[in-house]
Amino acid sequence: MTFNRRDFLKVAGLSAAVGLGGNAAFELIFPGQVDAAEEMKQSPTELTAKRWGMVIDVKKLTPGLRKTITDACHINHNVPTIEPPKNLKWIWEAPFEHVFTEVEQEYLEEAVKESPMLAMCNHCDNPPCVRVCPTKATFRRADGIVMMDMHRCIGCRFCMAACPYGSRSFNFYDPRKYLPDPVPNTAYPTRTKGVVEKCTFCTERLVTGQLPYCVEAAQGAMLFGDMSDAGSAPRKALRSRFSIRRNPGLGTQPQVYYLV
Amino acid sequence: MLEKALEGQPRYWGWLIFLLALIGAAAFGYSFQYREGLSITGMSRDVSWGFYIANFTFLVGVAASAVMLVLPYYLHHYKTFGRITILGEFLAIASVVMCILFIVADLGKPARVNNVLLHPTPNSILFWDMIVLNGYLFLNLIIGWTTLAAERKELPPPKWVKPLIYLSIPWAVSIHTVTAFLYAGLPGRGFWLTAILAPRFLASAFAAGPAVLILLSFLVRGLTKFDAGKEARETLAKIVCYAIIMHLFFFFLEVFTVGYSMIPSHLAHLKYLYFGYHGAGGLVPFVWTALVAGFAAIVLLIVPRFRQKEGLLITGCILVFVCTWIDKGMAMISGGFVPNPLHEVTEYAPTNLELLITFGVYGVGALVLTILYKVAVSIKQQEELR
Repeated sequence: MTFNRRDFLKVAGLSAAVGLGGNAAFELIFPGQVDAAEEMKQSPTELTAKRWGMVIDVKKLTPGLRKTITDACHINHNVPTIEPPKNLKWIWEAPFEHVFTEVEQEYLEEAVKESPMLAMCNHCDNPPCVRVCPTKATFRRADGIVMMDMHRCIGCRFCMAACPYGSRSFNFYDPRKYLPDPVPNTAYPTRTKGVVEKCTFCTERLVTGQLPYCVEAAQGAMLFGDMSDAGSAPRKALRSRFSIRRNPGLGTQPQVYYLV
Repeated sequence: MLEKALEGQPRYWGWLIFLLALIGAAAFGYSFQYREGLSITGMSRDVSWGFYIANFTFLVGVAASAVMLVLPYYLHHYKTFGRITILGEFLAIASVVMCILFIVADLGKPARVNNVLLHPTPNSILFWDMIVLNGYLFLNLIIGWTTLAAERKELPPPKWVKPLIYLSIPWAVSIHTVTAFLYAGLPGRGFWLTAILAPRFLASAFAAGPAVLILLSFLVRGLTKFDAGKEARETLAKIVCYAIIMHLFFFFLEVFTVGYSMIPSHLAHLKYLYFGYHGAGGLVPFVWTALVAGFAAIVLLIVPRFRQKEGLLITGCILVFVCTWIDKGMAMISGGFVPNPLHEVTEYAPTNLELLITFGVYGVGALVLTILYKVAVSIKQQEELR
């Protein structure tokens, strides 16, 4: 049998096409099946839950405490300090009327209107950012945490347009240029310019059996636990006090609750 | 056929060298962006899309508008468009090329753009936008090139190209619908969260594209003696006129719904654009210019006496361009981001580097268009000499 150059090119081209399209086609037909086998614990001490969630007790937040909390997060995650408007924030202070825009209340006490809240990623049950991401660089884990793959993100910023809570930040600059050397936490990776990042509910700490940095720093003002477990700390707190969520009317099912 | 682009007067070569110089300057500008990231742009945490995406959105419309020629010519055998249809198809090609470049210029990690193919995500509208834009590019390349090649040999176009031509008609509508869906499906952005967005996009596209084409046909006539035809331009001018009326009507529908319901998260954006919001009003003069230009264009294009005067037709088409470019560009994108979902106000304006890179992308578009038009006009003129 003769196998000339033309035949070779045909076969090579065809196999390349199959190779490129194979995984893609599989993903189209069985979305998520490829990486389904992940339910294993990574370490014996790992904290796991069916559905992670958070409760913030607004009354317990003092100005000093709010700063301790945001610093704990930003320093430990090597979030660079950059002047607005190209800044990055994972958890931040903002006045009540901006965090809870849908509570349009003209006669709300000035003190309440301007009282600072903490805003962060809501780890929605129905996250618009995940819906719009063209590469699955942002995805929802089985335990409800909305995560980022910094190595897959192409920096299109569609997720930033989609997030109704302003919880996502883009690395306009090379973040390493705005961090001291060595970085504050050498155990946590720094990011590169051109990718989007946000709060991750400290997945890196859950793996080693620790609570998120903010919860640890909050001295009881922030509660973290399994929302599917009626006996968990956040669920108990929700039973005892009145709580609100940010813009629930959008159907995103945010999993950060505010005790007011 | 491409050899036709390799012969020309010094004027032709001078123009190509100018475009290459512009592209080179923009590429140099882009090297800064590549090194320093999107920090060199005016974009921010709150206004995370800017001039690139604004121009992308506008040009998808110009690309889609080729259907306004393809449909009458191929489906209804409207012979008057016989000389201008190829110009429309080639304008679509140049526009899609610019669209793709604008998207890549806007990426934070352009080297990873293949991730969209490696990890296909059908729930993302951007995935579909990639498919329809690339598909449209290839459809127009194949259709335009094949019909022109057949014409050169004095043969009818091959039969297999017909289904592709028919496919390109709904496909043109799809590219702009999908582009509107990029914005219209986002829960926290009141300005875009409206079902009228896709129809409004299509209406302004069917005004902007043919208006640009009329202007180009005058330019081609002045430079090469190839005349696409007065009657063809006259018909196109009517299409432009009714499309811009539809566009302003759809805009009025939006203003009514938002203005009468007075829902703050929708109203705030219109307030920002047209009157300023919490002291910020950078776009106010632009949006009013667009509105006035739109109405002035209707007057010039709807009255036959005006429309038939070349000077007034050109003025009308420029006004349509101004109206739609502002409306679907900066106003549509910045207007959607200001105020942000937390009702905070951060304004946006492009930086000089951003403008340079944008001009460079338009330079690439002009280069592609010049070469394609050179080929098309050479073949059309040769055919007429015989």
